Amino acid sequence: MIKKYGLMVLFIIFLLIAKPMNLKASTEIFDNFKSFSITMLKFVPMIFILIGIFEVWIDQATIEKHLGENSKAIAYLWAIVLAGTTVGGLYVALPVSKSIFDKGAKLSIVFTYLGAAAVARIPMTLFEMSFLGITFTLIRLFVSIPLIIFSSILIEKFYKRNNIQMRA
Amino acid sequence: MNLRPMKMGLVSRIERKFMFYLVSIGLIIVLLFIDSKKTIKGIKKGFKKITINAPMFINMIILVSISLYFFSDELILRYLGDSNVFQSILIALGVGSVTFMPGFVVFPLAGLLLEKGVSYPVLAAFTTSMMMVGVITFQIEKKYFGVKLTLIRNLMGLIMAIIVTGVIGIVLGGII
Repeated sequence: MIKKYGLMVLFIIFLLIAKPMNLKASTEIFDNFKSFSITMLKFVPMIFILIGIFEVWIDQATIEKHLGENSKAIAYLWAIVLAGTTVGGLYVALPVSKSIFDKGAKLSIVFTYLGAAAVARIPMTLFEMSFLGITFTLIRLFVSIPLIIFSSILIEKFYKRNNIQMRA
Repeated sequence: MNLRPMKMGLVSRIERKFMFYLVSIGLIIVLLFIDSKKTIKGIKKGFKKITINAPMFINMIILVSISLYFFSDELILRYLGDSNVFQSILIALGVGSVTFMPGFVVFPLAGLLLEKGVSYPVLAAFTTSMMMVGVITFQIEKKYFGVKLTLIRNLMGLIMAIIVTGVIGIVLGGII
């Protein structure tokens, strides 16, 4: 309870105390809070509803066949394509990845998706290109994507050997 | 002084927000026609997920808002623009790992730093560690995949960020 709501309560108290004093810190933090909240509201609630629908509609067998233990190498490509079209960021990719994992996708695919969603989301990549140049972006993608696949396979091996318990 | 050039206007923000919702609602309506029972069950499941996850997300937003205040643009420029490239790379890796900035803040900032003379490898270290390592988002990630896997995944992310930084430095120059 305290862990869940403690920070929120402290934050509200901080704002209530700092607001009348017109501190620069409080107004700036509150502005950040407002603009980031709007960004989150843009996607997150709807994403959760779509995930809910996905979990009811798509049966386990489909996911297991295409992304599960016996899936082919092309599954990694699907994971990256799915990641490229992900909107938002990690806070969207995390619940999505957990959902496909629970549906029977293998861990290396799930982590490939999660990693690729961090580095290769299409809107973000376009943004990066326009500010840092196309060469920069291409190098970054060509280096990081194979590494992500490689490390995801490695993590899966490690996970299997040690049989780490997943928290639900 | 605000150095961030590309804060999206409110109008375009609302437009984009509605775009995603409109497309999703369209999809949901189609699914309702195909199988209303299944779809409604899914929507209910989704709402349940929202209520379960909301506190976690709000906590993350609070942490991000506070960290953005402490890592202001001016501060970042001062430390990353240092003539000692390796020191700058290390700081960039550290700041990138600890903070979490949304993409539409990171890249305009990186573009600005580039104009101010910060070298490519430093920017690579900054942006890739920002994308691949999340100390603030650790709290959220561990709820999904457990502490151990989250730790491994983020460490791998850091290693990858270092490799990307090296390759960028070799290809685009800036190291040495």
